[in-house]
Amino acid sequence: MSTKQQHLSLPINKVPEGRLGIWILISGELVIFGGLIACYLQYRLRYPQWSEMAAHTSTLIGALNTVVLLCSSFTIVKAHEAAQRKDIAKILTWMTCTIAGGLIFLVDKSIEYTREIGEGFTFTSPHLQQTGDHIGSLFWSFYYIMTGLHGTHVLVGMIAMIIIMFQVRKGKNLHRVELAGMYWHMVDLIWIFLFPLLYIAK
Amino acid sequence: MDAITHKQSFWSKYLFSTDHKVIGMQYAIMGIIMAGVGGFLAYVFRYNLAFPGKSIPLFGHLDAMHYNAFVTCHGMIMVFWVGMPVLLSSLGNLLIPLMIGTDDMAFPTVNMMSFWIFFLSAVVLISSFFVPGGAFGGGWTMYPPFSAGGYVNHNPDFFKALFSGTSLMILAVALELVAMLMGGINFLVTTINKRAKGMTPFRIPIVVWFINIASVIFMFSVGPLVAGAFMLLFDNILGTGFYDPARGGDPMLWEHLFWFFGHPEVYVLLLPALGVLAEVLPVFARKPLFAYKPIIYLALVSAVLSVLVWAHHQFVAGIDPRMATFFSIGTILISIPFAGIFLSFMATLWGGSIKFSVPMLWVLGFVGLFLIGGLTGLFLGSNTFDIYAHDTYFVVTHFHYTLFPDIFFGFFAAVYFWFPKFTGKELNKGLGKLHFWLTFFAFNGTWFLLFFNGLAGQHRRINDYSDFSLVMKEPYITFEKVATISAIILILTQFIFLYNLFISLVKAKKGIRNPWDAATLEWVADSPPPHGNFQTYPEVFHGPYEYSVPGEKMDYIPQNVQGKNDNNNITHNNYEHETAASLVTDK
Repeated sequence: MSTKQQHLSLPINKVPEGRLGIWILISGELVIFGGLIACYLQYRLRYPQWSEMAAHTSTLIGALNTVVLLCSSFTIVKAHEAAQRKDIAKILTWMTCTIAGGLIFLVDKSIEYTREIGEGFTFTSPHLQQTGDHIGSLFWSFYYIMTGLHGTHVLVGMIAMIIIMFQVRKGKNLHRVELAGMYWHMVDLIWIFLFPLLYIAK
Repeated sequence: MDAITHKQSFWSKYLFSTDHKVIGMQYAIMGIIMAGVGGFLAYVFRYNLAFPGKSIPLFGHLDAMHYNAFVTCHGMIMVFWVGMPVLLSSLGNLLIPLMIGTDDMAFPTVNMMSFWIFFLSAVVLISSFFVPGGAFGGGWTMYPPFSAGGYVNHNPDFFKALFSGTSLMILAVALELVAMLMGGINFLVTTINKRAKGMTPFRIPIVVWFINIASVIFMFSVGPLVAGAFMLLFDNILGTGFYDPARGGDPMLWEHLFWFFGHPEVYVLLLPALGVLAEVLPVFARKPLFAYKPIIYLALVSAVLSVLVWAHHQFVAGIDPRMATFFSIGTILISIPFAGIFLSFMATLWGGSIKFSVPMLWVLGFVGLFLIGGLTGLFLGSNTFDIYAHDTYFVVTHFHYTLFPDIFFGFFAAVYFWFPKFTGKELNKGLGKLHFWLTFFAFNGTWFLLFFNGLAGQHRRINDYSDFSLVMKEPYITFEKVATISAIILILTQFIFLYNLFISLVKAKKGIRNPWDAATLEWVADSPPPHGNFQTYPEVFHGPYEYSVPGEKMDYIPQNVQGKNDNNNITHNNYEHETAASLVTDK
């Protein structure tokens, strides 16, 4: 790069490249979930009987998960704050807390899934279909696809944070803590929409 | 970190390269290969339409099931594996960093991954021809129930359903969309953040603007389809009922999700090609582009309108007539910005000293053919006429008159124009002109007469018209045969292009820097540009189309040369204030 004028390779705008990329990624993700939620709402308005199915979801576990995710968003903010101070030990602590939050979320989710599958509410809910309640079984299809896609995002976020922690430990790529935080906030935000739609509206 | 002299192995230089030019070439080559596949499919089913029941040379007998699969895959391949890679990914990768004056994309590794995911998607699609049951044959729009019943109706077995033509098609499309999304993020971030000094928004060449607008349209419209594709896949492999009306689902939901993406997709394909027109026209008219800023505003208007017109594909699907009126009006409205853009292009030619070089021929051919496609689109946009013409060859001919000039004329214009830049060698002009004229006439021979077949009632999804003597009579049978023979000529003509590429790469002299006397930044770099593009980063002093400026010595001023009227002092302010500290943590 020696022959080139160094300052011209720097970003022109105040927004650094990684942050800009994540913003655009988030806007793309929001449209994906937005489409899914729009489809769900269409059916939800058409089939009031879905409230009976929604009654089988556990508001308690859902609420617990909401709190866990919100707390983990707080810890990733603390990690970002530590990254600005370049305090590597603190970054690692707070990111571990965040990953633990994601883990608790997924464990809760698994307990919940296990319970629901035990009651016969699966992706296709055969026992509902046998009794002729096809519309009810469609609710569970939506429930699993929405929470499943969200859960996948939680998992991807956790894996990304583990990779970033290894880099941070070597003192590299501290700015990526913020990027992980932005993504994590998005995951949190989407859950804030899913929780009332699937758990509270009964 | 020395970008110019460092050594690379064969693998990292040509296959797993992170250099935007190599990735752009990979996309273009992949697009050409897939165009070969799509063209061969077209040859097979066109032959069957003109000579039903006859054995097809190089293929054999085509039964109804394979006919459906071939028509479906032809559409899929030409839109997603030819149009998208050559127009959006290839042009975007090749041109954006050079035209805005930087060394590479913002995220080179993401860029490389994007190509290999795209490659994987093509492999998945091709493999779907060879699974039991063959490739998916329910039309490229994948409407349920054709696309959703795999598990329930045919293969009550998870793995059989997963490795069916339908599921593989959905997976391939999903992978392709992911690849294009990654590319889109790169284009936007690169254009926003990595522009050369002095490259203010309204000094960016139109093609870069249009590729970015196309990326935004794509990213905004594709999300719901991604969600919908998951639902369709689960209908297929797990037996859910998202689109099954017998189980509370609704097949119309898919149509809305598909066309909410599918219609903007047309503009995603159109805008980069229009950008190529905007680059080529001023160079060969030796005039500034007419109405540079209004063209950008018109494209933004069309981008907004493009997501408001999708249901005009569903006029016969049982939508509310009030809604149909809304979408009719929207559809007809969207012709206004595009008419504005085309009129600006025509005004660029007005009073120019026009050179009929090979790229210019493709551009003018594009404009003429697209006019026919665009005007028939106005007929079809009105729901009263569409109910009559729906699913006939009138519709098929209409969209071939828009998409063929768009994808192929646009791409060929770009290839003949920028080939000297990326190889240092010029394509043979005589062969180029032969290629253009044969393509132009063969294309019109293939499609023009089929407008009349469509109005006579020929349906697009019937493989054998032998038993429909009321519809298929003279002259329509002759028209079919003319179309098929022209289509074969059209496909054979493309070998002239491949031969031209080959012979020019082998024989032509190297070292052409700026054969067209064009003013944009990519012509400032060496030909071919080395890894890292520019020896020193250029500084930009004015807009991209400064041709025949009064009072200047040359008839064009490159963007990095200061003209007499240029004053760059104001634009410097934004770049100097980056603090080193913030860059250590942020970059």
